[in-house]
Amino acid sequence: MDKRVPSDMISFALNGRTVDLRPRAGERLSGALRESCGARDVKVGCDAGDCGACTVLVDGAPVCACLMPVHQAQGRRVETLQGLVKAAPEAKALSESFQDHGAAQCGICTPGMMVSAVALLRDIPSPSVAQVQDALGGVLCRCTGYRKIIDAVVGAGQIRSTTKDTGHTGQAIRRLDGAGKLAGTEKFGDDVAPPDTLAVRVIRSPFHRAAFRFDDLEDWAQKTPGIVAVLSSADINGRNCFGVIPDFADQPVFAEQETRFRGEAVAAVVGTPDAIADFDPETFPVAWEELPSALETEDAMSGRAAQLHSTRDDNIMCSGFVTCGDPDAALHAADVSVEGQFTTPFVEHAYIEPEAGFAKVVDGRLEIHACTQAAVMDLEALEDILALPRGDIRVVPTGVGGGFGAKIDLSLQPYLALAALKTGKPVRMAYSRTESMQSTTKRHPSEISMKIGAKRDGTISGIEFSGRFNTGAYASWGPTVATRVPIHASGPYRVADYRAKATGVHTHCVPAGAFRGFGVPQSAIAQESLFDEVADKLGMDQLEFRLRNALDNMTPTVCGQVFGSGVGIKACLTALRSSWETEKTAAATYNASHTVLKRGVGLASAWYGCGNTSLPNPSVIKAGIRADGTIVLHQGAIDIGQGSNTVIAQIFATALGIAVHKLTLVGADTDVTPDAGKTSASRQTFISGNAARLAGEALRARILKLVNADKTSRIECGDGHIKVTDGATAHRIDLASLETDRDGYVLQAEEAYDPPTKPLDKNGQGAPYAQFGYAAHLAVVEVDMQLGAVRPVRFVAAHDVGHAINPMLVEGQVHGGIAQGLGMALMEEYIPGRTDNLHDYLIPTIGDIPEIETVIVEEADAHGPYGAKGLGEHVLIPTAPALLNAIKDATGVRITQVPATPARVRAALRELGDD
Amino acid sequence: MADYFQPGNLDEALTVMQSRPVTIVAGGTDYFPARGHSPVQQDILDVTRIQGLRDISLTADGDVRIGAAATWSDVVNADLPPCFDGLKAAGREVGSIQIQNAGTIAGNMCNASPAADGVPPLLTLDAEIELAGPNGRRMLPLSQFILGPRQTALTEEELVVAFHIPALRRDVRGAFTKIGARKYLVISITMTAVCIGLGPDKRIDFARVAVGACSPVALRLTELEHALIGQRPDAVEISEAHLSSLAPISDIRADAVYRREAVAHQIKRAIAAASDNG
Repeated sequence: MDKRVPSDMISFALNGRTVDLRPRAGERLSGALRESCGARDVKVGCDAGDCGACTVLVDGAPVCACLMPVHQAQGRRVETLQGLVKAAPEAKALSESFQDHGAAQCGICTPGMMVSAVALLRDIPSPSVAQVQDALGGVLCRCTGYRKIIDAVVGAGQIRSTTKDTGHTGQAIRRLDGAGKLAGTEKFGDDVAPPDTLAVRVIRSPFHRAAFRFDDLEDWAQKTPGIVAVLSSADINGRNCFGVIPDFADQPVFAEQETRFRGEAVAAVVGTPDAIADFDPETFPVAWEELPSALETEDAMSGRAAQLHSTRDDNIMCSGFVTCGDPDAALHAADVSVEGQFTTPFVEHAYIEPEAGFAKVVDGRLEIHACTQAAVMDLEALEDILALPRGDIRVVPTGVGGGFGAKIDLSLQPYLALAALKTGKPVRMAYSRTESMQSTTKRHPSEISMKIGAKRDGTISGIEFSGRFNTGAYASWGPTVATRVPIHASGPYRVADYRAKATGVHTHCVPAGAFRGFGVPQSAIAQESLFDEVADKLGMDQLEFRLRNALDNMTPTVCGQVFGSGVGIKACLTALRSSWETEKTAAATYNASHTVLKRGVGLASAWYGCGNTSLPNPSVIKAGIRADGTIVLHQGAIDIGQGSNTVIAQIFATALGIAVHKLTLVGADTDVTPDAGKTSASRQTFISGNAARLAGEALRARILKLVNADKTSRIECGDGHIKVTDGATAHRIDLASLETDRDGYVLQAEEAYDPPTKPLDKNGQGAPYAQFGYAAHLAVVEVDMQLGAVRPVRFVAAHDVGHAINPMLVEGQVHGGIAQGLGMALMEEYIPGRTDNLHDYLIPTIGDIPEIETVIVEEADAHGPYGAKGLGEHVLIPTAPALLNAIKDATGVRITQVPATPARVRAALRELGDD
Repeated sequence: MADYFQPGNLDEALTVMQSRPVTIVAGGTDYFPARGHSPVQQDILDVTRIQGLRDISLTADGDVRIGAAATWSDVVNADLPPCFDGLKAAGREVGSIQIQNAGTIAGNMCNASPAADGVPPLLTLDAEIELAGPNGRRMLPLSQFILGPRQTALTEEELVVAFHIPALRRDVRGAFTKIGARKYLVISITMTAVCIGLGPDKRIDFARVAVGACSPVALRLTELEHALIGQRPDAVEISEAHLSSLAPISDIRADAVYRREAVAHQIKRAIAAASDNG
């Protein structure tokens, strides 16, 4: 029997139906399922078994489809999420439970989680938490912090009481876009293109810095079978330069002559799917010459290093500065002072969806479908690069499988655009995990020096802060980090005498840009660690010390900004007091009977200004009512998992006065939905939420005016009519009698909101943000004194959100932020060229996140919709310093370099003399 | 374009191997990550449909044979004597359930990573590896099979067929401990496997200790094993000399000083674990 099968058909049962395929040798099951069988619910996150997103059941057993040769499926039974949800009772119960618990945020890991959970429940119908963790340990999630997933699996099959919620603000309703995530039908960046679409592959620099030279590219393309086009800087009609901040735009789409970081693009190849699968980048006609590079800021600033950008001497990109009072005198007058140096590394966003997208030319216009956090910014950048009029480009965001900041910048959009325009054909591309990690932005590494003084009574007396941030080869959001850090480095405290400077420095590293917190998580590590040290020196309780100095209404910030209401840090800290006391006592009791394992408790606070810093930052929301009574909300605040599709709709529904489930949602699309700005800076709930509130109010006013009804009237939308009940009087508006506008609406409202801020002067004095959110975390850790391993045991997280629009989504943000903060504190370190995959770069797994108690504090904000504040970034800022403070409490060692790996903790213990 | 072979028996497999260079694939858990997105360079020989290659058997006198295509899950779920507890514990910590359901022990050996979870427990079991080639079968002790990082004694025409583990005393129990920076899906910073037997006086009378990720190839610590005889399992003493054969390196996961220090604790804990319910 010849078992040689290159041209043989194979057949297997996919979700109960037989499929016949003619696979290529070495083809992955994941690829075959997605491209040959239409099973795009199988997600590809790493192609290496590191993330588990592609988990399917083969003969009932979970495996990574990316690691199975498709030939091995011959004669076997393969089940994916879509099939399971239709047929398996366990999957149906899980789907409901996931939605009830908010266990899916972006939804990219959901297929892997669900499939793994089905296998578990078939085996163990009522699993314990530990059994759930063991079963789902192979699937990474970057959004949820896993606890809601555990709850959803443990609680699957429990019927949650169905309520007739209006879905107005304050109600913990399910995500409005959750069902598609659970059914595996939501389309992410790589799920849009038809299977036989031409593919694009980028050629990247193998060196941190290199000169390069091409041979004849056109000739190579013509001679290489299946290759349709090659792209390089020569194909750019507009500016070969982009950047999220116009004044700092400095990044080429394709490098010219010299590359400035490992992984920088120099060219791209467009070909048939088979040709691209067979393409070995080593065969591309480019000659490299490695050049000396500077990877550390010290080297880059030394004068010996090559200058990366001609206008930025000593490789200094820019600095931010804030000062008030007389910090030198205050520190001199302080009764005690502490100082420290802290370092943090590059941190990778590690969303489970690598960048992916699809482009085509439709009626002479370019259409880009890709995952993004900023559709209109993408469009504006492409206008410039392509030299096309704005009207010739349409950007349609796909589902976004996590973003956390890195999908604000352009990634593959220009390559897609250039390839579609050059070939005239539809094109697609998906970054490999390594490409994604090599080439997209990171959290800035930081080197921080800080000195804090205090009076004997516990009042802070002077702070001096200096931070250097490695912004990599290009500016990206580096200027924002440099600006934000000095504003926030005081923490949410009254500091009358303050000086803070942050400087961004270019190196030959991957660009650092936006990542949940824009530099503030790094500065908070220094500041909150030193706060504990000051309190210790004063002999004060750490919580009391913080409360004593906490900001309050009518107390000026370090920028001289005074808020009359909504300053919630004291409420957050106070909310932790009882846990602080019980956990301290419990840790002391534990430690009295344990020698190897020691427990400790740590605290940290945070604040974060929502929206752009002292810059215009508008959002526009539009809504309309069709003649048939359908209410359509054009919701352009891109949902990257955080929940804006739900939250913005809840706000709008509240303002309009109808139930949220009556709304039809139209998502971001530059052709049909107005610009709600980028999803960043924790601005969507606040800013787009306000625009939604204004739009809802305007539409309501228009309806009421038609019948001169009172503003307290009840509105109900029915089939072709609106019923307005004004006290005892009922009005009926026949919608067909109204004129239809060009958008197809009989009634329409479009409103903008731009938060009131004021510019900062040369000393950083002004009103940088219209709103701050506040937080305080308590962490309990257990440290293995022999091995240096740190195990977080519990978190209590108090967050002032002003008003919780959706408390379940608030908890989701808190859990996910804590997971990222925990990763930053304990395990995450991106080293260019060394940890650009998800087995060397570690993010927390389902076994690493302990129980989290969320305390929602609501100190209404003067500007936020119904008092609501932003939350997305606040959630991870206090986590790392709370953990470091807990480690100090447990062990006596102060870790000043994250991540606090077992080796680093042991090294610190050895230095302390603990052998 | 490359060919894909899925022979149903060993002879067919060996015939294919003589006819051309092939890449051997079983669970794919190392093959695909290593290949990444680069094209298939070589014909592929899939060994997972070779009859009998996945079997795990136990003879009447206690010898165990584990087929080369047996997955980690197969081993974890097999009914094996307590000395296999370390191997099973290692199996439960290999990657994730998904990886354990596909990845094979033989693949773990052939991949020859210094941090391969399977090597220390198999060393403590004195496993021999059975290879089949055009000239018949040969057996090698595992310690002679793995020659260095990513290097084995396997020739291009040979296949791993099985592991043979000679019977151990029924009361000897295995244990495995691994340090990593997170709970699941983690590559070991250091790992230790032990097989421990206790005499009637509750002192150690049988000891095998192997350490991984602290040398180019995981090692048995024979001097330590000798020294352990007669010691109490909850209070063993480990000197620097006992660990002198180790050559830990500093890498992104930990520094050498840490590894050397941690492994001593790890050995003590593994011995305690093996003795706890033994």
